[in-house]
Amino acid sequence: MLRATITKRFPAGPESAGFTLNIEFEAAPGVTVLYGPSGSGKTLTLDTAAGFVTPDSGRILLNDRILFDSGAHVHLPPRDRQCGYVFQSYALFPHMTVRANLAFAANRLPRLERHRRIAELLDRFRIADLAGRFPHELSGGQKQRVSIARSLIASPEVLLLDEPANGLDAALRADLHSIILEIRQSLAIPILLVTHNAEECFMLSDRVLIFEGGSIVHRAAPLELLRNPGTESVARLLGGFNVYEAEVVTLDPGRQTSRVRLLDTEIDGPHLRGCFLGDRVVLCMRPEELRIATRPGANRIRGFLVRATDRMQSVRADFGHDLIVDTPRGDWPALKESGERDGWWIELPAAFLRQIGRGQTGRTVGVIG
Amino acid sequence: MHLDWFPLWLSLEVATAATLISVALGLGIAWLLANRDFPGKDLVDAVAMLPLALPPTVLGYYLLVVIGRSSWIGRAWEAVTGSALVFTWRAAVIASTLHAIPLLIKSSRAALESVDVACERAARSLGASEWRLFWRVSLPLARRPIAAAAVLAFARSLGDFGATLMIAGDIPGRTQTAAIAIFDAVESGNTLTARVLVIVISILTAAVVFLANRLEKRRVSR
Repeated sequence: MLRATITKRFPAGPESAGFTLNIEFEAAPGVTVLYGPSGSGKTLTLDTAAGFVTPDSGRILLNDRILFDSGAHVHLPPRDRQCGYVFQSYALFPHMTVRANLAFAANRLPRLERHRRIAELLDRFRIADLAGRFPHELSGGQKQRVSIARSLIASPEVLLLDEPANGLDAALRADLHSIILEIRQSLAIPILLVTHNAEECFMLSDRVLIFEGGSIVHRAAPLELLRNPGTESVARLLGGFNVYEAEVVTLDPGRQTSRVRLLDTEIDGPHLRGCFLGDRVVLCMRPEELRIATRPGANRIRGFLVRATDRMQSVRADFGHDLIVDTPRGDWPALKESGERDGWWIELPAAFLRQIGRGQTGRTVGVIG
Repeated sequence: MHLDWFPLWLSLEVATAATLISVALGLGIAWLLANRDFPGKDLVDAVAMLPLALPPTVLGYYLLVVIGRSSWIGRAWEAVTGSALVFTWRAAVIASTLHAIPLLIKSSRAALESVDVACERAARSLGASEWRLFWRVSLPLARRPIAAAAVLAFARSLGDFGATLMIAGDIPGRTQTAAIAIFDAVESGNTLTARVLVIVISILTAAVVFLANRLEKRRVSR
């Protein structure tokens, strides 16, 4: 278990705005994804855990060991922290062979154990036949595997991965993902994974910490996050959500329903907490939850097709104003024909509309057309 | 005609010793400047560069003050070894070292600072001490520019005149280095000796500069 409560301030310079990292989190064994835009403090968080950056104040605990405690003036040097760190640039020693890179990391192990351990990891990461090569003779994916193997040699108590999928093509990325999942299964250690790839976030994580501007703005299990991103900014960060502003027209707390005016149309809304009539709320819905219809009906909004794009398993129809709908590919040709003939209506089932914030009053709601 | 080769050999020996000492000292100072923050760092940085800027005679004068027979370093040396430090080949080595060291500090510092930070961090998080990090990672990665600087430092020591003359003197067969012997030969009209020494020193220096350029050009590829 890794526990950290840290503050680190970078004063504004002549060419840079100031930045403050102020976070508190726990990472249990399993994959914890640090997700957020670049410059939000994800890598800095890894660096403080590894001991490369000293926080101004706070405490970092790894299992029972204190890695950092500003109050007690404890700042363990990186070499004593037992943190495996996989760098974005791999950081393999360019003047050493693959085997020498691993041996460098195995230096503290007893002699016999050292050779056994190196052989074991060479084998496990399928790099045994590369043992005699230098890093510049390796492909990106091979470097990646060597770098992960090297970080695991000394049996670290936490594994820190800084955007490991950067610069890898789809096949290598899939390979990397299976490596990470395999490590997660075989070693009961916390794995902190920095990424700004939403897909990776949902696929690999047991828990997601969402970073924004040096703070953790949301934390949730990945599925929970998909179900309800919680806030508008998280929904926008994750992407893949349609975000709407609506005006509350009717509230029925007894039946837990409401009516809202959304894109100039009154539709059934979800149960809205803490709202009054006339308030503006922010609602979101995933593209696969909307439905395309070709005649008017309950909770349907008139739309005009802007473009339709082919996706892996579906067709994504964009009607503007965040009316983005994913439809199974098989349904699309018939829909398209009747839509073009009779016009488009987009249905927003009330059950899927989720409240993720209070809107600013006075902002105009978009008008279609 | 008899040609005295002693000054050339002495020069080579002095330059070799001075290069070795300035590499050891210079690397240490360069490492400190590149890796540590300490009070007076800017001062150390400036003082280390002074020998490059000061006139050699001024440098020689300071040296006389610091290690001369009446200074406490000079007296301590004399008490321990039984002979004076000034006006010996050792003094020539000290003068040459001082002359060569700024070059090494500057180049080594730049070379050490250019080593990929991620590599150094990786070494540290893999359990390496600062000592091991330096010998196994930083130095091997910075070795080419440092070697190039050492070669240039050698050339510089080979040619030192003013400071050496001030502190080691011009004692034929004992402290007369090639640069000083050339001056002497020209002064006394001994044209042949002067020409031979000039040619040999020129060829040596050209070879050394060529080597330094080669070292610098080939970037670390492994």
